[in-house]
Amino acid sequence: MAVKRLVSFVINGRRREDAVSDNLLLLDYLREVAGLTGTKRGCDGGECGACTVLVGGEPRLACLTLAASCEGRKIETIEALATHGRMSLLQRAFHEKLGAQCGYCTPGMIMAAEALLRRQSSPTEADIREALSGNICRCTGYVKIIESVQAAARGG
Amino acid sequence: MTFVKARCAGTATPLIDGVEKVTGRARFTADLPSREALVGRILRSPLAHGVIRAIDTARASALPGVRAVITGADCDVPYGVLPIAQNEYPLARERVRYVGEPIAAVAAVDEATAQAALDLIAASIDPLPAYFTAQDALADGATRLHENKQGNVERKVTQEFGDVEAGFKAADLVREARYHYAEVTHAQMEPDCSLAEYDAERDRLTLHSTTQVPYYVHLMLAQCVKMDASRIRVVKPFVGGGFGHRTETLNFELIAGLLARAACGAVKLELSREETLLTHRGRPETDIRIRIGAKKTGELTAVDCEAIQRGGAYGGYGLVTILYSGALLHAIYRLPASRYHGLRVYANTPPCGAMRGHGSVDMRHAFESLLDELAEGLGLDAIALRRANLLEAPYRSINDLQVNSYGLGECLRRVEVASGWRERRGKLGRGRGLGLACSHYPSGAAKPVHWTGEPHAVVNLKLDFDGEVVALTGAADIGQGSSTLIAQVVADVLGLGIDRIRVVANDSAVTPKDNGSYSSRVSFMVGNAAIAAAQNLKKLLVEAAARKLEVSPADIECLGETYRVTGTDRMLVYQSVVAAALEDGGTIGVKGTYSTPPETQGGKFRGAAIGSSAGFSYAAQVVEVSVDEDTGAIRVEKVWVGHDCGFAINPLAVEGQVQGSVWMGMGQALCEETQYHEGRALRANLLDYRVPTIVESPPIEVHIVESLDPGGPFGAKEAGEGALAGFLPALTNAVYDAVGLRLTELPASPDRVLEALQAKRRAERVKKARAA
Repeated sequence: MAVKRLVSFVINGRRREDAVSDNLLLLDYLREVAGLTGTKRGCDGGECGACTVLVGGEPRLACLTLAASCEGRKIETIEALATHGRMSLLQRAFHEKLGAQCGYCTPGMIMAAEALLRRQSSPTEADIREALSGNICRCTGYVKIIESVQAAARGG
Repeated sequence: MTFVKARCAGTATPLIDGVEKVTGRARFTADLPSREALVGRILRSPLAHGVIRAIDTARASALPGVRAVITGADCDVPYGVLPIAQNEYPLARERVRYVGEPIAAVAAVDEATAQAALDLIAASIDPLPAYFTAQDALADGATRLHENKQGNVERKVTQEFGDVEAGFKAADLVREARYHYAEVTHAQMEPDCSLAEYDAERDRLTLHSTTQVPYYVHLMLAQCVKMDASRIRVVKPFVGGGFGHRTETLNFELIAGLLARAACGAVKLELSREETLLTHRGRPETDIRIRIGAKKTGELTAVDCEAIQRGGAYGGYGLVTILYSGALLHAIYRLPASRYHGLRVYANTPPCGAMRGHGSVDMRHAFESLLDELAEGLGLDAIALRRANLLEAPYRSINDLQVNSYGLGECLRRVEVASGWRERRGKLGRGRGLGLACSHYPSGAAKPVHWTGEPHAVVNLKLDFDGEVVALTGAADIGQGSSTLIAQVVADVLGLGIDRIRVVANDSAVTPKDNGSYSSRVSFMVGNAAIAAAQNLKKLLVEAAARKLEVSPADIECLGETYRVTGTDRMLVYQSVVAAALEDGGTIGVKGTYSTPPETQGGKFRGAAIGSSAGFSYAAQVVEVSVDEDTGAIRVEKVWVGHDCGFAINPLAVEGQVQGSVWMGMGQALCEETQYHEGRALRANLLDYRVPTIVESPPIEVHIVESLDPGGPFGAKEAGEGALAGFLPALTNAVYDAVGLRLTELPASPDRVLEALQAKRRAERVKKARAA
């Protein structure tokens, strides 16, 4: 059995303290322990970007991040973006512009785009492409994903 | 007072389940609450071909925490999507035929225990000769993979229509070429997963699974788990794409059911990405030889071709794929004579199956590439040559495919203008070029693989005191937007806003059977059934309004939120009409059905049903590329695509589907391929199986063409597959325009392109030297 240690995080604005194994991935922690299943597993490790979350405001692949390494950090997942039950501008843009078809890559895609828009409120198309280059989508051909991010950057 | 009747069909509509997808609330199979479920794991064959001598599971079974261990001995019933070609078992029995084939499975209290149990299973397998190419499998004396298939030929197809030799005689120019296509796979984003729950007290099994065909899964579960179908419930939650991977029952779904029953409990079986890619069912490695004749005017006179597909270890959809490949030579251009030889071959690789553009893609590339050569040889423009062969609907092809609407001419016109074809083709300078190609696809097979005599689609509507119209459907929305389309057409017929409609889909306990999401059947067939259901409901509502207002139903005008006596101010609001309609009988349930017209179901010859459809979509596209002759790298700068979808019920979704199809074609054309070493998959992950990223994906400009099919729902046809096949030849034709190179092997990865460029330069040098 792996050693467990007590780790505290702030996840989506709520403080949590859990005993986690040293080898527990952040992805499994979020999905299995915290019950936040919005973050998706699409591959066997670092191939697809579906599990992108924000750790300390930076995009991270939750499947390549140990939960214990996030001690004291602020973690944000797709579930954090809506406020008072209303979608964020970015979520609304993905919904209305059809940036999401099957929706499986969407949480990771939106979190990667969220990180971009926080750093850069008016990104160029090249900026968007670079920021989302680690996120695979198999449905859209990315055209409407780019349009969604652009629409959100313009303010909807 | 003005009345505005809502018009939902034809309006760009965000997906009705889109909010769940962007907020993380959408529950996919792996997201379902399953804390109590056991963890399932599969042991897979390390050998490509062998005889199973023994599988010793005693030590695994004895491991504390293990609740079930099963092998091929636990299921002696084969399964398969085609009733006449069921030759696969959930877990291999007697023989293994590819590396990665499931041979045993366990259910245990946690992942570590399940993994430890797999390590304790001892499988003794004697190797047999294994074949990894069609040529090796076909060689004299090769060991048969399946005893009943001599020479490892799964299916040999010979079809000839018209007078082929006379056609070639009448031609002014005949060209011939050979092409090779690597195997590709779906790589849908959601890995395979099933949650199977067996209730031992009631002898009932519930399966939630990542499928496009819940009904077929239901049938095969009943067959393989040996339970009455009525004791099984199949639910499809949100599904993360399919592209054909999930159009047949897959081994893991049956294994989950078998494990749950053996463990008398719930089992969650989540496959890794590697396992998902090994489950495969993608497009086969294919060799094509093709010869086409044309007159000076560009009119085609005959085609003669052969295709050899390496189908992998089991049948699956194989017969259909090899038949599609020949059938879909037709129904796109006027073609007076054709000969097709198809060979579907068994080999020791993961089984192939249906993949977006099923059967048509590689042959369409070969055909459209050769058309480009013919056009050049005849001194014709590529578009002019195609224009010389356009059809006029209604049209019946020589292989009995019925075309009732045809917008290809308009697709060509739109992309010709949008891309600046006339001004720019051939004039972009060395290294940059434009290419064009066309493609088409059925809107659903006119005869389903499980022919039962039932209608092709059924939609039920429920209307109750609250006035919400609930559409119950078995159509599987896997991201393409079928649930949204159903809501749109029901709202449209009833004149209501889409928020009055709720769609409940894919729970066999409440929704009607549907054959599933494949062969682009859903918009056309389920759309028509939904319209019929809504019309039936509207009739009841009009009658109720007429009773209340004491007029004849013929005098009632339905305006959605109000029902009015025509030409008067007398009216009832919708809610009052609903109350009136419920007065006598209570809750209303109506149904709508759709069946394909007999004349669209193909001819009488063997295999004639394959390819037949009640509506064909058409697409033309122009691709602009730049080619780096030093590295062999091809960059797609832009794509213009015209797609005839009959009528765009949801223009937003049509655009998204067409862009996704074109882009998936780009993946196959440029970088995607599976690869095996002695049968072992070398690219079973998303880094080595290279799908295009956002960085190299071009703008794709979609032009929607609406030919209004007389049999389609509001005139609609399919939009999700037809544009895929055209990308590949448009790309290689563009490469020819850019650097004068004809690519005959795909994907056009930089190494292949560079090699082809060097070979071309060598040949030119030799030619020059000889001339000197």
